[in-house]
Amino acid sequence: MEQPVLKVSGLETHFFTDDGEIPAVDSVDFYVNKGEVLGIVGESGSGKSVTSLSIMQLIQAPGKIVGGEITYKGENLISKSEKEMRKIRGNEIGMIFQEPMTSLNPVFRIGNQLIEGIRIHKKWNKKKAWEHAVSILKLVGLPRAEELMNEYPHQLSGGMRQRVMIAMAMACEPEVLIADEPTTALDVTIQAQILELMKKLNKETNTSIIMITHDLGVVAEICDRIAVMYSGKIVEQGKTQDIFQHPKHPYTIGLIESVPDVRVRKDRLYSIPGNVPKPGSIHKGCHFAPRCNFAFDKCYEENPTLLDAGPAQQARCWLHEDAKKAAVLERVKS
Amino acid sequence: MLAYTVRRLLMLIPVLFGMTLIVFFMIRAIPGDPAQVILGQQATEEAIKSLTKQLGLDQPWYLQYIDYIKNLFTGDLGTSLRTSSDISGEIWPYLAATLELSLVAMVIAIFIGVNAGIISAWFQNSWFDYTAMVLALIGVSMPVFWLGLMEQWAFSLELGWLPSTGRENVRNPVDAITHLYLIDTLIQGRMDQFVEVVKHLILPGIALGTIPMAIIARMTRSSMLEVMRSDFVRTARAKGTKMFWVVYKHSLKNAFIPVLTVIGLQMGLLLGGAILTETIFGWPGIGRYIYDAINFRDYPVIQSGILIVAVIFVFINLIVDLLYAAIDPRIKYN
Repeated sequence: MEQPVLKVSGLETHFFTDDGEIPAVDSVDFYVNKGEVLGIVGESGSGKSVTSLSIMQLIQAPGKIVGGEITYKGENLISKSEKEMRKIRGNEIGMIFQEPMTSLNPVFRIGNQLIEGIRIHKKWNKKKAWEHAVSILKLVGLPRAEELMNEYPHQLSGGMRQRVMIAMAMACEPEVLIADEPTTALDVTIQAQILELMKKLNKETNTSIIMITHDLGVVAEICDRIAVMYSGKIVEQGKTQDIFQHPKHPYTIGLIESVPDVRVRKDRLYSIPGNVPKPGSIHKGCHFAPRCNFAFDKCYEENPTLLDAGPAQQARCWLHEDAKKAAVLERVKS
Repeated sequence: MLAYTVRRLLMLIPVLFGMTLIVFFMIRAIPGDPAQVILGQQATEEAIKSLTKQLGLDQPWYLQYIDYIKNLFTGDLGTSLRTSSDISGEIWPYLAATLELSLVAMVIAIFIGVNAGIISAWFQNSWFDYTAMVLALIGVSMPVFWLGLMEQWAFSLELGWLPSTGRENVRNPVDAITHLYLIDTLIQGRMDQFVEVVKHLILPGIALGTIPMAIIARMTRSSMLEVMRSDFVRTARAKGTKMFWVVYKHSLKNAFIPVLTVIGLQMGLLLGGAILTETIFGWPGIGRYIYDAINFRDYPVIQSGILIVAVIFVFINLIVDLLYAAIDPRIKYN
């Protein structure tokens, strides 16, 4: 069996605020194989970004990783020192952020920012790093790469900046690329181009990608597998196709139902009733129970574990404890 | 950059003209007949008449102003009533003394202030942060004359480490070339005198630099705290950049604009406000020169002294504006 490149198990990242300890990421498990694209999907505040920053060990106070393991190539990243982590960041694991407008430093030239990481990790001289940076800019499909190297971020459009961000993250050929909502701030046409580019890079360089997004369209486009997050926990995971065709968790069903379909005219779009619970306000039972149409007594008493719900699919829902209950979901779907 | 510089220089012309107008009328707004005031109650009618003529005060004001401007263009600042010599000839040594002291004070203030601010922001809420900010608070609220006297008492009188007054050892006087003694002694290779000059600069330099230092430290800290939360700082860390460079390269350059504003303003204030320090430390600077002129009602000297300090202030602002554009590429295009 294939050994995953990156494996997260039992990750707990809590925020220590004046209002008490808030578990933003609560016992999260997932893995990503070599060359695979994993989507992590969820609403705002579900803990997606905190998860990705935890992997990079870039969580800032008052946040802190309080438990779990992040295994990269057999080594636990959590026990690594800051110095050891610096060798991994940008080199082994690259990261792209949501806001291309603010994620590049406005007072340094593109070239300066691009070669910085290359020079740190590859220890190349300036000339060699510069040439490599130009070739990476060409790889991500930016025209007139040589000129761009001498320009400042404000001279570029949003789509170009995001390409530069991708170039920066890919510059040292990382094993894993974490993309935190890379298309959210972009126009739809540009979004498609960026996704196309990431797909291409994934195929050509065999880099594993963790795609963090709230956009199911993005997931369907690019991901091999999906993990759905809700309120700091993974509530369902499986192959993309399986999850889109047979979602096994009521929350996933709701999410998929909420996507408007151009072929069907509806007066009202579907939305999941209620709101994401405020982090820290959760008591016992399933966190989704108050918004769930299928909730029964047990859901309010005990928090479900991830249960097998298909050949390669798990859902954190008590319905899957016995087949009769799970059948309810199928009926609703059709 | 060149076009921007030229544009800024052209904008100076009306400012400088305005300044000459203000200085010119300010002196003439002093109530009473200047000649009478200068010569005192016992002056004879003829003496007053001849002085009035000498000062050109018998002419209508616009002719006086045109005359004044004409003289300024030829570098003629008028004649001192006290010493009967050309002001343009005798003002430079005083100005040089003030420039030297202000620059030393500012270098101390910038070096310590900026670094203290950066480290406080980097290690926010640490003991260093608390100590530095309490000291900065004390620094801004300390009257400069009191600080000067305390320094003299402690380091000259009690400990005897440093001289309390003057610019040089009077028994081993410096041969003035530029009148900037640090430079003069170095040119002549007189290390013994150089050390003396440095020793004389320390106490007044610290006294003069303390308030700017405290203001710079507080401004740097708050500006850095804001910048260090930005997305591009996270990007830099995700590249694997050392925290030192994240702080001193990526953050500082972005945080420096407001700090630069404060530095420019403080530098201007030092030049104009050095009178107290110069008096306490017997420093033969422009503040003392103007102060003595005021006591002697030496109107031409007062007028020229104010004009020169104002011109320097304007030029400092020009330099600050040019530096803005050099630091932030987004500025010059507006």
